[in-house]
Amino acid sequence: MTSTSVIDQLKRTQILELLEQGKRVDGRAFDEAREIKIETNAIPKANGSARVFLGDTEVICGVKIQPDRPFPDTGDKGLFICTAELLPLSHPTVETGPPQPPVIELARVVDRGIRESHMVDVSQLVIEKDKSVIGVFADNVVVDYDGNLFDACSYATTAALLTSKTPKWNWTDDSPVLAEGEETPLPITTIPVSVTMGKIGTYIIVDPNGDEWESMDARVTITTDSDGNICALQKGGSDGFTQDEINQCGEISVKVGAKIREKLKEAQKDSQ
Amino acid sequence: MGGRDATMVLLDENGIRCDGRKVDEPRRIMIRAGGLKNADGSAYIEFGDNKILVGVFGPRDVHPKHMSDTDTGILRVRYHMEPFSVGERKNPAPSRREIEISKVIKEALEPAVMLDKFPRTAVDVFIEVLQADGGTRCAALTAASVALADAGIPMRDMVAAIAAGKVADTVILDVNNEEDQAGQADMPIGYMPSLKKITLLQLDGVLTPEEYKKCVDVGVKGCELVYELQKKALHDKYFGKGDD
Repeated sequence: MTSTSVIDQLKRTQILELLEQGKRVDGRAFDEAREIKIETNAIPKANGSARVFLGDTEVICGVKIQPDRPFPDTGDKGLFICTAELLPLSHPTVETGPPQPPVIELARVVDRGIRESHMVDVSQLVIEKDKSVIGVFADNVVVDYDGNLFDACSYATTAALLTSKTPKWNWTDDSPVLAEGEETPLPITTIPVSVTMGKIGTYIIVDPNGDEWESMDARVTITTDSDGNICALQKGGSDGFTQDEINQCGEISVKVGAKIREKLKEAQKDSQ
Repeated sequence: MGGRDATMVLLDENGIRCDGRKVDEPRRIMIRAGGLKNADGSAYIEFGDNKILVGVFGPRDVHPKHMSDTDTGILRVRYHMEPFSVGERKNPAPSRREIEISKVIKEALEPAVMLDKFPRTAVDVFIEVLQADGGTRCAALTAASVALADAGIPMRDMVAAIAAGKVADTVILDVNNEEDQAGQADMPIGYMPSLKKITLLQLDGVLTPEEYKKCVDVGVKGCELVYELQKKALHDKYFGKGDD
């Protein structure tokens, strides 16, 4: 989705002209994210799920929780794995086949944000040390595309994890045995929130929509935790940032992230 | 990548790190411009125990043709680790990690290269990690900039790169493998010192807003050190090893 046609260049000119007047194409403030709608328990067969709309971008995240073998060097920790995929129905330019670099980056950045915040306390997900642990798999699918998949997938994953229930397994006869009817919420330590900012010309805008996304010179995704600390960051795009801009983006991510965290907490409360 | 020791002291009471460095001291860095006969430009870097070779080809015809752009040249980057470069043999096929790193390095180099001067062509950068020891993406980006310059590709600046990080609640420069595995945060930074632009930035690990700013600052200062070594490598190749 990075091919620049004449139309894209016209759009970019228009977007930049508006920014110079202090406006955005959809009328938002520079530091304003689009409306976020979170629908939890969208997939009852999953252990936790969320359908998230970020403006017109729509993502569904399903969490599956099941026994797995631990990694050889971390036998005392459960697994947390997060993926993201663009479905061919999400945009005319998306093709089937192995994931392209931008999609691989998307999945890895979303995974890193959640992982590095230590949102899920994997040390509590051990069935039998070095032999069997609980694996938490959060799989995101993009259903409709209008820019900023990083944040949409991150919110969907966070909302799904916050509302997940994990079954209990007992270690019997050298294998994990499911204990019926003993579901508990996942051990959650913090709520990570990613905030993606695009740079167009010298302007920095929060949560770029599809047209803004195609017009960006560079972007940065910063994830903050409940304590207001920064726990993950990824810069992308074909331009750079000054040191002042990076510091400014850090401040924006803490401020905007705090508002979005409240939305996620609300969604968690509503599901109970 | 193994070798983790839970009892290892990352920072002792005298402020000395596990490999004997001070908090603001980079590892030994050796950069050589050139070295490959067939490539249009090349560079070799030893960054601590990292050993990385970079070859650059182009501007040249684009294959497959549909990738070419009539408005500008394109930059293609492949970051690849040899199976023998890490503790346990690595599958030689490109991993998702390598694909992501290829992409971030490409995007870190693009602001530096004047691609618009070569429409319909490609500049290919091949990065081969012969031995890895933490911080390969920074070392690779540093060497790739030198290799592009060595290839005579017009550039606005070179990108110098190094990681800042946090171990034992202290901000440090140039995170090694042990510090990356057992430390609290790792922030690779790529920076164009003359244009004062950050073109690569990633972070994993938890930082307070103050530590975040300090990390960026320490990283940018580290890049300025690396930049001098990049210039020296080019100077040594093209103007001999004597004094100015």
